[in-house]
Amino acid sequence: MSKAELKKKIFSYDFAIHELVLFLDTHPTNKKAMALLEEYRKRRAELVTAYEERYGAFIIKPCDTPATGCWKWLEGPWPWENNFMEG
Amino acid sequence: MWQYEKKLQYPINIKNPNPKYAQIIISQYGGPDGELGASMRYLTQRYSQPFNEVKGILTDIGTEELAHLEMVCAMVHQLTRNLTEKDIKESGFDKYFVDHTNAVYPVAAAGIPWRAEYIQAKGDVLADLHEDLAADATTTKEQPTHSGTRKPLVSLAFRHFEPFRKNGIPATI
Repeated sequence: MSKAELKKKIFSYDFAIHELVLFLDTHPTNKKAMALLEEYRKRRAELVTAYEERYGAFIIKPCDTPATGCWKWLEGPWPWENNFMEG
Repeated sequence: MWQYEKKLQYPINIKNPNPKYAQIIISQYGGPDGELGASMRYLTQRYSQPFNEVKGILTDIGTEELAHLEMVCAMVHQLTRNLTEKDIKESGFDKYFVDHTNAVYPVAAAGIPWRAEYIQAKGDVLADLHEDLAADATTTKEQPTHSGTRKPLVSLAFRHFEPFRKNGIPATI
């Protein structure tokens, strides 16, 4: 899976997870939605691990480590810039 | 508090700048039915709500509207990149450019800056939720947005309407 494909998959899970969160706000006892939310969170976490193994720390976290010695959070492209998915 | 995620909810990658489109699309940011109003509406109304379900959904939808705002701003930003003086003058973008240059300032398509009068908060759960239904319904109207993005934006807006319409108000009151 390419970097862009992996990002797209992770963001798709984000989308579905948020959808379930909104549903649970008005259906707080729905067990099916809760189970699905757990499943999606788990699958997303696996993809994030795969992303981090290949491309370094995942983009949504500020990540400065002694190893990189720099504040990676500032590295572009930023989300509103062209080619964010590939970058 | 909020935590920023360095991503868009749906990716925006516009190849060809177009200041004419930008002047119309900017209304979905700072216009009367734009995302700035949407986020402020939900996030303002939530404090006085009497039920946890309503506090929860107004917080979570209001937060998501900020993500929509970011997508629309990204579109305006990418549509107004690398413009020549000729592009700016011929597209009519000069009237915006003289005050804001390439900044993404919250205005309606006709140039009126964003106003708090676009939203309402009455401290009354029925009044507020009805205002939300009406406001969310406006975003399902025809929107001249970039191809490929209009559909996701419209469906994002419309699915907020559904939980309220089907379950929110009758189930809560």
